[in-house]
Amino acid sequence: MLRSKAFSVLKPIPLMFGQSNLACKCMHPAIASHGHHCHRRSVDYRQRYKTCPFSAGGRTISTSQTQVMAEELPGVLVLDIGGTHGVLENLAALLKKHFHLITMKEFLENKKEMSKKIQSIFVFECRPTIDQQLLESLPNLKVIGNSGVGVDHLDLKMISNFGVKVTNTPHAVADPTADMGMALMLASARRLVEGCQIAVSPETKCFAVDWMGVEVTRATLGIIGMGSIGYKVAQRARAFNMKILYHNRNRRRKDEEEAVGAHYCEKMEDLLQQSDFVMLVVNLTPETHKLIGKKELGLMKPTATLINISRGAVIDQDALVEALQKKIIRAAALDVTYPEPLPRDHPLLKLNNIIITPHIGTATVHAIHMMAEEAIANMLAVLSGQPIPSEVFPK
Amino acid sequence: MAGQELPYVLIDCIGGQRGVFEDHVELLEKHFHLITMKEYLENKKFLSEKITAIYIWYHKPVINEELLQSLPNLKIIASSGVGIDHLDLHLLSRYGVKVANTPFAVSTATADFAIALMLASSRRLVEGYQMAVSPNTEYFPANWLGDEVSGATLGIVGMGAIGYKVAQRAKAFEMKILYHNRNRRNKEEESAVGAVYCKKIDDLLQQSDFVLLSVTLTPQTHKLIGKRELELMKPTATLINISRGVVVDQDALVEALQNKVIKAAALDVTYPEPLPRDHPLLKLKNVIITPHIGSATKKTRSVMVENMTESIQAGLAGLPIPNEVLL
Repeated sequence: MLRSKAFSVLKPIPLMFGQSNLACKCMHPAIASHGHHCHRRSVDYRQRYKTCPFSAGGRTISTSQTQVMAEELPGVLVLDIGGTHGVLENLAALLKKHFHLITMKEFLENKKEMSKKIQSIFVFECRPTIDQQLLESLPNLKVIGNSGVGVDHLDLKMISNFGVKVTNTPHAVADPTADMGMALMLASARRLVEGCQIAVSPETKCFAVDWMGVEVTRATLGIIGMGSIGYKVAQRARAFNMKILYHNRNRRRKDEEEAVGAHYCEKMEDLLQQSDFVMLVVNLTPETHKLIGKKELGLMKPTATLINISRGAVIDQDALVEALQKKIIRAAALDVTYPEPLPRDHPLLKLNNIIITPHIGTATVHAIHMMAEEAIANMLAVLSGQPIPSEVFPK
Repeated sequence: MAGQELPYVLIDCIGGQRGVFEDHVELLEKHFHLITMKEYLENKKFLSEKITAIYIWYHKPVINEELLQSLPNLKIIASSGVGIDHLDLHLLSRYGVKVANTPFAVSTATADFAIALMLASSRRLVEGYQMAVSPNTEYFPANWLGDEVSGATLGIVGMGAIGYKVAQRAKAFEMKILYHNRNRRNKEEESAVGAVYCKKIDDLLQQSDFVLLSVTLTPQTHKLIGKRELELMKPTATLINISRGVVVDQDALVEALQNKVIKAAALDVTYPEPLPRDHPLLKLKNVIITPHIGSATKKTRSVMVENMTESIQAGLAGLPIPNEVLL
């Protein structure tokens, strides 16, 4: 498999697995026996990279020595550490094992010296913004390592013109995002959020028996975009005996389809007409921008639910508002909108047949850590001239 | 209106928040002459001898000795749902009345809901929604995180039809599955879902990231989870209850959640239902409560009606009763 091949090439580069509970999770024999590729890969990772020059047993290193060693490492630019939009503290610690970490503030205060040191930028939650001005001021920049799989916030062509590579983290995002898709589908179908509100409302005197949701088991799920995330959604949905339809740029292999019982719909219209749940799991590209508009919503069943875990702009939001208001579709569940957050007076926030979550598809302790690890591995591969596990190319 | 020869079946009422559904009445009246409690009380003398079955919809009508004494020809009671803790089976047996429930109708919807609760809790879905729609939200903070379901350990306490279906679903999330049950399942059933048997509930409690309660309520499972059990759980663990409120010692649960002895709870059932509006559980941030909606789907309810109809018909014809509840 391409994944494990790329990681094995990183052998000479030391990487340390910090968190012990993470390691326990990866090492569990029951999980290993399930043949879970992600965990197996993590196990390989852990076995290969047990040692790190900074943890040589018993030897003490003075702070000044550490300082010097840190500064000899390649520079990575981040927006900030901690605070509202900064890189989380524990991720900063991971980065510091391999890079000289430079915040935007430090860079701006000492541009002359810092600009030459910065060979990489770690983009976390779409920050820092990569514009022409920034690229022009970083002559030694080689790679932008994005945390996350979506790169629609990056101008790939412009970045490529500067000879800078872009990498993303498709492996780390897949499980938690697929889980989120399932969470939204179940919560919407079973009216979980409304139910919570009833359970705790001061007005509630008794629970009505004629209050119902719709069934997920044996319903039809149409997956638009069957990449790694879409495929993991299919694997989960299969356990609910769902009938699975999918639409994708390219058809999957027969054995892949059979493994999850998925039926290919060459025409998206067919999928829309037959599905009880439509889940959007595509990349945002010019082709998928406003993929779901008035026409597509009109094709869906009036009892259907639209779930979006891709990007807000894949849906024509105004058309969605209208469709939900007029009950053209039953409900929607969105982890992503455009913009994020929505303006506080946006009609989507007032509807009662919608669940919105604050783009938390990869917001787990484990995922954030794995994304940083994946980004670090990618950036180091670029800097050491090794094959790059997840490079993203402009179209 | 159906003819006089159809069996007379007592129900509580039609419509409203807790009565038999209007759209089920049409189906039921094909087979039965339905008598509401109101009609019965207004015409007891005539109706008491006619009624041969009772159709219990969400615990109503309440069955007590007085009622049983006044219905000399009562043969069978069909109760919606799987729980029968609201019925005194010994009492009914003494009066020679058979009982049927709908255990299989509810199992898939309830298993689905258990997964819904587990995902919603671990990913902080309800909190997330509140943030997404709150008038005060200006941005989404970066350090706002939940915990992963995929690859975590699920401990199922009570591996009946519902528990097993939960295991089947959890397997697709690559969860490690432990279970504790009155009786051990056979090897094929265990390996089909990758479930590992824990003879002692303590072992399950100590190793699980999510503890799911899907037992029947019996004297043995009453307050099964108390202070001791909560303390055995990991401080990072979540308790999910889809069985009955009294399977958990609610006061001990409040304390455990307040002191972060466990991380969170997700409860579809409490005692009573609803909780008093000033109950501490309603104020805790690390709890999700839903209003006993584990089987609340249209499809499930329709299947329940069909099952109950079949059971009543079999009971009245003296045939083997589908879904009979035996002492």
